[in-house]
Amino acid sequence: MSKISISDLELHYSNFNALKNVNLEIPEKEITAYIGPSGCGKSTLLKSLNRMNDLIEGCKITGTVLLDGEDIYRGMDINLLRKRVGMVFQKPNPFPMTIYDNVAFGPRTHGVRSKVKLDEMVEKALRDAAIWDEVKDRLKKNALGMSGGQQQRLCIARALAVQPEVLLMDEPTSALDPISTSRIEDLALELKKEYTIVMVTHNMQQAARISDNTAFFLLGEVVEFDKTEELFSMPKDKRTEDYITGRFG
Amino acid sequence: MKEKAMQWVFLAAACISILAVALICFFLFANGVPAIQKIGIFQFLVGTKWKPSNELFGIFPMIVGSIYVTAGAIIIGVPMGILCATFLSHFCPGKLYKMIKPAIELLAGIPSIVYGFFGLVVLVPLMQNLFGGSGKGILTASVLLGVMILPTVIGVSEAAIRAVPDSYYEGALALGISHERSVFFTVLPAAKQGVFAGVILGIGRAIGETMAVIMVAGNQAILPTGLFSGVRTLTANIVMEMGYATDLHREALLGTAVVLFVFILIINLSFSFLKRRDI
Repeated sequence: MSKISISDLELHYSNFNALKNVNLEIPEKEITAYIGPSGCGKSTLLKSLNRMNDLIEGCKITGTVLLDGEDIYRGMDINLLRKRVGMVFQKPNPFPMTIYDNVAFGPRTHGVRSKVKLDEMVEKALRDAAIWDEVKDRLKKNALGMSGGQQQRLCIARALAVQPEVLLMDEPTSALDPISTSRIEDLALELKKEYTIVMVTHNMQQAARISDNTAFFLLGEVVEFDKTEELFSMPKDKRTEDYITGRFG
Repeated sequence: MKEKAMQWVFLAAACISILAVALICFFLFANGVPAIQKIGIFQFLVGTKWKPSNELFGIFPMIVGSIYVTAGAIIIGVPMGILCATFLSHFCPGKLYKMIKPAIELLAGIPSIVYGFFGLVVLVPLMQNLFGGSGKGILTASVLLGVMILPTVIGVSEAAIRAVPDSYYEGALALGISHERSVFFTVLPAAKQGVFAGVILGIGRAIGETMAVIMVAGNQAILPTGLFSGVRTLTANIVMEMGYATDLHREALLGTAVVLFVFILIINLSFSFLKRRDI
C-alpha cells in the first residue's frame, strides 16, 4: 500500500531541469531512502512532497503527487499538507525558545489550549523522539543550549508533536557526530512503526542499514528504485552499481 | 612613508571627533553643574515652578513633559514601525518595496522644522476640530514625534528581522503553520533584541527633538494635566530662553542641558548594551 505516489513529476528552477519524469511509490510505514551524488535532485524531490519548494522563486512543477490518493498540488490546503507531512532539516533548527515551547509550538498554533493536554503532547513527542530522559529536568531551558544531536532529536520531537503521517528527513545526520547519528538511526527504525519515513542521505551505509526501499538518483532522474537489499546486493543498472561500489560520487 | 603619513591623518580625524565629544561634555558640566549646585539639586530636579524672573528654577515640569511626549511617540510610533518593518521584510511584493523603501528613507531625511510646520498647519487645526482647545499639546506632539521616529524604528527593525535565519521560518512552515503565524511567532520574536535596539534609538531621537516639538506642544512651563494640555520639553526650555537669558537663568538652562545629556547618555548606553548582547 503506498502512502505517497509520485507520477510524471518534472521540476524546473527557472531554466534548470532539476527533476525529470520521476515516478515513485512510497510504501506506508517503511523507510524509503534517496541516495545519489550532490545536486542529483534527491533533496528537491523531498521538498516537493511537502511543497517547501513553493518558497523558491521560479520553481515550476508538473505531474502529480498523491498523498493517500489526494493530489497535494491541486485542491489540498498547503498548511494541512505540511501538518500531515512533517519535515526534519539537514541542520538542526530549533526555535530560539525553551525546549518545551519548541515542541508545544506546533500544537499551540494548531489550537491546543489546555495546559494538561499540551504537557501530555510534549511529553509523548519527546519520548517518541527518544530525548525525554535527557531533557525532562530542563524543559524550561533554551533549546539552543543543547548539543547538535539533541537539537536534531528535539526537531524530530517538534515535528512529531503535530501528529504527522509522513516524516521527511533531509540528511538528518550529516551535521552530527557518529554517536548522535546512530541514535537518530535507531530512532528512525523505531518511528517507522507509526510513521512513513522518507530520508535523503549522502551516506550509503546509512541507507543500507536502516531503509526498506532505496531510490538512486542521478542528474534529476531516478535511475533505480527497489527494495534496499536488492538494490545494494544486485543492482540492475550499471550506474547504480558504479555508485554503490564507490566508483564515483 | 606615504602610508605612515596617512595613518596620522586618520588618527587626527579620529581624535578630532573624540575631542569634540569630550569638549561638549566638559563645557556642559563645567557650566551647568555649578548652577545646579547653586539652585540645589533637589530644588532643580523636582521643583515644579519655573519662573526665572522670581529666581525659581524647577525643571520638573519639563522633565515630565519630555517623558510624556516621548512615551506618546513610542506608543504611536513603535507598533506602527514594527508592523511596517514586518510587512517590508515578509509580506511586501518586490515592486511595492522598491517604492516604499525610498519613501521611508526620505521620511528620515526631512528636516525637523518641516515636520514642525506640517504639524502646525495640518495636525494642530485637526486637533482643534476634533477635540477643541488650542490644538497644541501632548497628543499633537506625540503624534508628530511618533511619525518622526518611524524611519529609525522601521530601518533598524527591518534589518534585525532580515538577519533572522530562514531556518526558523522554514521550520515553522514545515509544521503546517501559516506564513503569517510563522512570521509573527517565530521570526519576529527571534529578532526582538534588534527591534528593541531600534525602539531605543527612536526614544533617543524623540527626546532630543526640538524644533518640531516647539511648534506644536504649546510650551507652557507647567505640569501637564491631560492629553491636550500644553507641555514644554527640556529641549524646548533651552531653545526658547537661551536667546535672552543671563546669569543664573542662563546657567540654569545649561543645567537643563546637563539633565538632557544624562538622559541621552542612559539611552545610548542601554542601546550599546543591547547591541552587544545581540552578537
